[in-house]
Amino acid sequence: MHVIIELSYLLSSILFIFGIKKLGSPKTARQGNTYSAFGMLLAIVVTLFDQHIVTYEWIIIGLIVGGAIGATMAIKVQMTGMPQMVGILNGFGGGASTLVAMSEYYKLIDPTRGFTHQDSVTIALSILIGAVTFTGSFIAFGKLQGFVTGKVVKYPGQHPLNAFLVLIVLAGTIYEVMFPGTEWLMLTLLSASLLLGVLLVLPIGGADMPVAISLLNSYSGLAASATGFVLGNNELIIAGALVGASGIILTLIMCRGMNRSLMNVLLGGWESAGSASTTAGGASDKPQGDVKSVDAQEAAMIFDAASSVIIVPGYGMAVAQAQHAIRDLTNLLEKKGIKVRFAIHPVAGRMPGHMNVLLAEANISYDKLYAMEDINDDFPNTDVALIIGANDVVNPAARHDQSSPIFGMPILNVDYAKTVIINKRSMNAGYAGIDNELFFYPNAFMYFGDAKDAVSKLNNEIKEL
Amino acid sequence: MVDILMQIYVFVLAIFVGFELITKVPPTLHTPLMSGSNAISGITIVGALLSAGAEQFTLSTILGLVAIIFATINVVGGFLVTDRMLKMFKKK
Repeated sequence: MHVIIELSYLLSSILFIFGIKKLGSPKTARQGNTYSAFGMLLAIVVTLFDQHIVTYEWIIIGLIVGGAIGATMAIKVQMTGMPQMVGILNGFGGGASTLVAMSEYYKLIDPTRGFTHQDSVTIALSILIGAVTFTGSFIAFGKLQGFVTGKVVKYPGQHPLNAFLVLIVLAGTIYEVMFPGTEWLMLTLLSASLLLGVLLVLPIGGADMPVAISLLNSYSGLAASATGFVLGNNELIIAGALVGASGIILTLIMCRGMNRSLMNVLLGGWESAGSASTTAGGASDKPQGDVKSVDAQEAAMIFDAASSVIIVPGYGMAVAQAQHAIRDLTNLLEKKGIKVRFAIHPVAGRMPGHMNVLLAEANISYDKLYAMEDINDDFPNTDVALIIGANDVVNPAARHDQSSPIFGMPILNVDYAKTVIINKRSMNAGYAGIDNELFFYPNAFMYFGDAKDAVSKLNNEIKEL
Repeated sequence: MVDILMQIYVFVLAIFVGFELITKVPPTLHTPLMSGSNAISGITIVGALLSAGAEQFTLSTILGLVAIIFATINVVGGFLVTDRMLKMFKKK
């Protein structure tokens, strides 16, 4: 039986690998997800035949309760709420790892069992990673949902406090190796880890959540791996490593999209973000010139004369739930024979791929969605660039203004288009807290209003032309 | 000692497989990638089942039960929501 179980775990790992491989294309992705789900089902079913499992009532209760909660969340969640959903799922994964490690700890504390050095180290590691993921994810969830401040949080003694907590965890682990089974020590280690998770995510600003969520995703994988080390189970190690790698890659892509180091993001905000918001009023470094604005009718006429349009969505589109109105706009323009494409910046929205999911929800064909590097050279040949709820990622200052905090960040070159229409609610600065010189460019027009209302009005005007 | 060395081998090789696979996922699918891979990290459920199914009912089993609930939320929620998203990615 043991051999059959081990081979089934191997098969399950292979299903995970093929499942992720099939995520390489939107055509096969859904099938890939099904492969992974089957891999998971297989792992669960064969584990139930393990000789260590003798009672089933708690297992059945746990599966039913967890399954019902998970399914309800998955069915109810809105597509705009996806970053929160992923955030909270990360948290549950991390929490499960911590609980399994603690459960193992209390099994081994029995005098007839006893700890090896390896047990002590892997359990401590599993508790640490799992607990940081657990509380960190819930803080991230709170920030996305709006009940924890989305601002960059800085307080005196921040770094010494974090370093102190890391020291406690390290010392606790060493002590636990020397004197295994010291319960209060393990509980201290657990508390320090839980607190560390809160303090590590709290300083991260709302618009940096793509990085935080990706990193927590990676942690949730590493937590599963750590549990694998505790239990000596290769499948947990493999599956966890795959997820860990995935999260790290996404984290690095997000950081590159902002031209910032991971440390800079984790320690909170743009280098000058704290001061920029207060000094932005200083007139000296404000871009000079006139801002021109258009109303729906004028905007419609600009579109009517165009033959190619690129739409640049940002977080503002998600907030206003404007994706359906944008789909209607796309259809109207295409009916007129205008070529419409979408340019998506890697850090647009609150998580990797956020814009793509919303546009897919609105039934916009995925072959119209272009990544930044695939479309950036096309702006000079484009008649109209329409920006909806994006700001910093289209600020030309990133290309030439060495004094700008976002200097060097890769941006969408919307200003190279013949005409740029910027839909925004107001002239307020974006997340980086700086003014956008694009708004003052001669080829730029502001089209003020909530994204959903503004695009709907635009659609009506285009219909009447 | 041999055991843990073998485990580290497996871990490191799996990380490399992960890097190879994930770099081929297009940006348009990054959200489903996250939620899907997240569901995979719910594999901890295997450990949770072993903890909760032990003979005697102890603190260890209670922790195992809560772990099952957490891991099942992760697994079921993750795979279902990923499927919901991937269903929407259409080419016209």
